[in-house]
Amino acid sequence: MSARLRKLFLYFLVFLIVIWTIAPFVWLIISSFSYKVDLLSVPLKWIPSRVTIENYQQLFMHEGNFNVNAALFSKSTMNSMIIAFTTTFLAMFLGVLAAYALARVKFPGSNVYMGTMMGAQMIPPIAIVIPLYVILRQLNIYDTHFGLILVYLSFVLPLVIWLMRSYFASIPAELEDAARIDGCTRLQALVKIVLPLSAPGLVSVFLFAFIASWNEYLYAFIYTNVNAKTLPVLIGEFSTKLGLEYLRIAAAGVIASLPPIILALLFSRYLVKGLTAGSVKA
Amino acid sequence: MANLNIKKSKENGLRTLLSGKGFFGLSLAVPAFLAVFILVFVPFINSLWLSFQRYDLARPQNNAFIGLGNYVNLLSDPRFLGSLKASAIFSLVSVAFELVLGIGIALVLNKKFIGQGFVRGLIILPWAMPAVVNAAMWKWIFNADYGALNALVTQLGIVQEYQIWLANPVSAMALLILANVWKETAFTAILVLAALQGIPDVFYESARVDGANAWHQFRHITLPMITSVVMVAGLLQVIWGFHHPFELAYIVTGGGPYSTTELIPLRIYAQTFRSLRFGYGASIAYLTSLLLLIPAVFYIRNAYKKVVEV
Repeated sequence: MSARLRKLFLYFLVFLIVIWTIAPFVWLIISSFSYKVDLLSVPLKWIPSRVTIENYQQLFMHEGNFNVNAALFSKSTMNSMIIAFTTTFLAMFLGVLAAYALARVKFPGSNVYMGTMMGAQMIPPIAIVIPLYVILRQLNIYDTHFGLILVYLSFVLPLVIWLMRSYFASIPAELEDAARIDGCTRLQALVKIVLPLSAPGLVSVFLFAFIASWNEYLYAFIYTNVNAKTLPVLIGEFSTKLGLEYLRIAAAGVIASLPPIILALLFSRYLVKGLTAGSVKA
Repeated sequence: MANLNIKKSKENGLRTLLSGKGFFGLSLAVPAFLAVFILVFVPFINSLWLSFQRYDLARPQNNAFIGLGNYVNLLSDPRFLGSLKASAIFSLVSVAFELVLGIGIALVLNKKFIGQGFVRGLIILPWAMPAVVNAAMWKWIFNADYGALNALVTQLGIVQEYQIWLANPVSAMALLILANVWKETAFTAILVLAALQGIPDVFYESARVDGANAWHQFRHITLPMITSVVMVAGLLQVIWGFHHPFELAYIVTGGGPYSTTELIPLRIYAQTFRSLRFGYGASIAYLTSLLLLIPAVFYIRNAYKKVVEV
């Protein structure tokens, strides 16, 4: 095979990979901007001749063509925001401290500690769903932001600790030693020296934590009802209950995908680093 | 000698525990540990206890400790065995495709081409998407009347008429696997790509000098260098294939047709929250976890070795 033909073949394969990766999502986007009648035609036209934002408007429309789903949609989006951000920051605060201790200070049981964090990621969520449900009910935090944030910590914390520990371990300890000779306490050394140096690690951990909590479905599905219902649960309801327009589901799906997808595409470098370091499920 | 060492390390451990440094470490690490312990391990042990009980919310008068009774019943429960089979097919076939496609994509993206950085970033898209949106998206694509799948295969002339894909057990399972493979392949591709980038060029250069062709280079250099990564990715994906596809199956097929795609998480959900048989549901979760323990232990040991090396 000549070099030129080989190059052409390579670009053909790259083209196939790109199509495979984006085609389903692009179809979702096209559907969300289409009129229903255009999509019902046989044979189907892949690029519609006209576009509409009607499907998006219906998601947010409160007055005029009022419907219950619209109010629910805004509320669920808000809930998802609050829960994902709070979980992420809480987990990063607790997790970064723990990871720093694990990377720097040898303390008894640190091996058991890491094993526990590993094990926590191996336990099937559905196996702990029932006891957690009972706990949430007894503490009176079923269907609250706080309850769901607490549950989300169970899978976000191990992830943060696992990733940050290996990141801290890669930063030379001599820098802190120098700072401590100059009179810094360990905590000051962490805040002033280690954290600024760990910015890339912190970014990647933030992304993983946020995407994991934003996308979570099962816990939110079982532990929320009205008040704390998240966007994924609402979309699940849209698509399992009859009578709802597919195109509106498509629009809701696009909106729910935007935060994680935009973050992932903007910061893909950081995510790739984290994925390879920690083998993380989101 | 060995004894002496153990004694010594114990003394050291105690000393560091009491000294300021050890105390500092503990105080930073304990809150997170407690949170995970209380939120994951206490419920996990609690549900083990639950699995030894007959615990039906619908018939509370019959609640009792029955030891391994639930587990014995499971072994002759056709619905459970059917679910186990469905999950095994779903998980193993998915992983086979994910690994082959993932390695293929990684090999292509490891070559030099214009737009390489962009495409490498782009393949993360399916991974980042919420699983529930992935499920709703594919359900829309598989729709019998207006779905893109039917439009595509009829326009390509593969089938003559629109098919009700999700009404046939074989095509329903195949499409469920397709939806899963699309989302999960990125993970394998990214891991393998990182491993490929770690292979020094010198290896290939010297192989070329020795007259090795492309296949030999792949077989004797590339493959051995990515084997461990592929093993880890594969094992993780098998475990996740059993534990995580709840929303996918729940939304796309709802377990149908005739329960042929009722994966394990769906069966547990049905037993627990529809039939309200909490004990029985817990025993399904435990038995499945036990079955997966063998690959999981293997994986943890592997990963643990890596951590110790860091």
